[in-house]
Amino acid sequence: MLPIMTVLAGIVVLWYFAAVRMNATWVYDQAERAGVTVTLAEVIAQTMAQDRPLLPPPHQVAAELWEGIAGQAVTSKRSLVYHAYVTFKGTLMGFALGIFIGVALAMSIVRFRVMEMSVMPWAIISQTIPIVALAPMILVVSNQVGISDRDVPKAIIAAYLSFFPVLVSMVKGLRSPDQMQLDLLRTYGAGEWATFLKLRLPASMPYFFASLKVAIAASLIGTIVGELPTGAIEGLGARMLIGSQFGEPLIMWSALFAAAILAGMLIVGVGFVERLARKRMGVPA
Amino acid sequence: MSWLVGTLAIWLAAWALNARVAASGWVRTKAGRAFVPVLFGATILVVWEGLVRGLEVQPVILPAPSAIAAKIVTSLPILWTDFAQTVLKGALPGFVIGCGAAVATAIAIDRSPFLQRGLLPIGNFVAALPIVGLAPILVMWFGFDWQSKAAVVVVMVFFPVLVNMVAGLQASERMQADLMATWGASYWQTLWKLRLPAAMPFLFNGLKIASTLALIGAIVAEFFGSPIYGMGFRISTEVGRLGLDMVWAEIAVAALAGSALYGAITLIERWVTFWHPSQRH
Repeated sequence: MLPIMTVLAGIVVLWYFAAVRMNATWVYDQAERAGVTVTLAEVIAQTMAQDRPLLPPPHQVAAELWEGIAGQAVTSKRSLVYHAYVTFKGTLMGFALGIFIGVALAMSIVRFRVMEMSVMPWAIISQTIPIVALAPMILVVSNQVGISDRDVPKAIIAAYLSFFPVLVSMVKGLRSPDQMQLDLLRTYGAGEWATFLKLRLPASMPYFFASLKVAIAASLIGTIVGELPTGAIEGLGARMLIGSQFGEPLIMWSALFAAAILAGMLIVGVGFVERLARKRMGVPA
Repeated sequence: MSWLVGTLAIWLAAWALNARVAASGWVRTKAGRAFVPVLFGATILVVWEGLVRGLEVQPVILPAPSAIAAKIVTSLPILWTDFAQTVLKGALPGFVIGCGAAVATAIAIDRSPFLQRGLLPIGNFVAALPIVGLAPILVMWFGFDWQSKAAVVVVMVFFPVLVNMVAGLQASERMQADLMATWGASYWQTLWKLRLPAAMPFLFNGLKIASTLALIGAIVAEFFGSPIYGMGFRISTEVGRLGLDMVWAEIAVAALAGSALYGAITLIERWVTFWHPSQRH
């Protein structure tokens, strides 16, 4: 814990230092315009509490974050909890869709050789295509087709990013039983389906859960990207966009940190589900 | 109707052919291994074309591949300017600076286990964060031109590469380090001759992740302000005008650029880490 705290403290110190340097220009400009000279102590004090700082110091961000989380009713449009919930909803939908696609593809790839040879190279190529290029179009097209629900296009983008880690891990996991185990099941007269249910699927679980942590982070990134370029009005990505358009750095920074907190909570949540599942399956934790 | 029936027939025929090829002995040759995915990709294009024509899909919803190809051919100069602005000026310099800084940082903190224990968990956490959110802030700091795009890319690629490089520097085995010690190798000799080569497979993993992030960063940053060219700018304005054929043309360029960058890194990896088990077939 001590090393982490030290590095974090170092980051905060550096941040304050950078905030003073970057915000000082504005203070000097103001002073020059007013025709007064300012001492260094005055400059530092003024860089700490600007309305539109170039780089807000940590305590300003923390205050804005606290104001956004605890200072509003959770249903208010200004509440970060509300926007985080919208993003969270999109993330979970994309996550579920991504898991479904990933697992289904992995199953057919393990079962059919032709699927592996045809689909696998394209799955890899699909991840080298920058999804953000597709994002605005997915939104416009789903609008044209008549899906007015903003969650659907976001979920598609999130699923596009999150299916891949699940696919790769599940293919590995479903193939992890060795020949001896497969032979044993054959001596029991187990069919393909029974082998899948009783051997392959349980054997793939550690791989599955390892991939979920990557997938949930990817899904959150996808959701936020889905909210960014489109004039969305709800969600953390939309908050960042609004902050950028109205020149309100504090809104941007607090949305950014809210997204970081959400990411941390999602990863911890997946870890918790994983531990539950392992206990249930009798794996020593 | 005939379009639909024909499409279905071609799809079934291609699938049957692929299944036969995958089951035959030809698939063990190099050409056979390439044939199956190529035929799969070509079939998708044909089915796409057939469905768009057969169902008479509006071009504002989904243009046919032939229309997109025609658009690409007629607007090559625009595509090239956008490509140069976003990839050559934004993504590539950012990628090089960010990865270079990450490798340098990893080597710099290599001698301090204390800093590593502190930085690694934080780096792992930050690598999972939606850093794209920094894009509007960096655009505000560095202006609308390519500098802000490169800055976004630097921040996005830094942490994944750092985490992989730190893990890679710890990858050499105790026995190997002891052997170097018995030869009286200094810290720098051990680093140069043993630990850096041993870290390469990890580094290339990080670089591959970074290559996709670099393009994402450069394009997203353009949504927050850009000169009147660039792939992100073109995509967002053409979507607004419902010029979806142009959008698809840009997507094709982005896909080519992303795959080319990834492929180039894979080639260099094969050349650098030829000794690694995963490279020996």
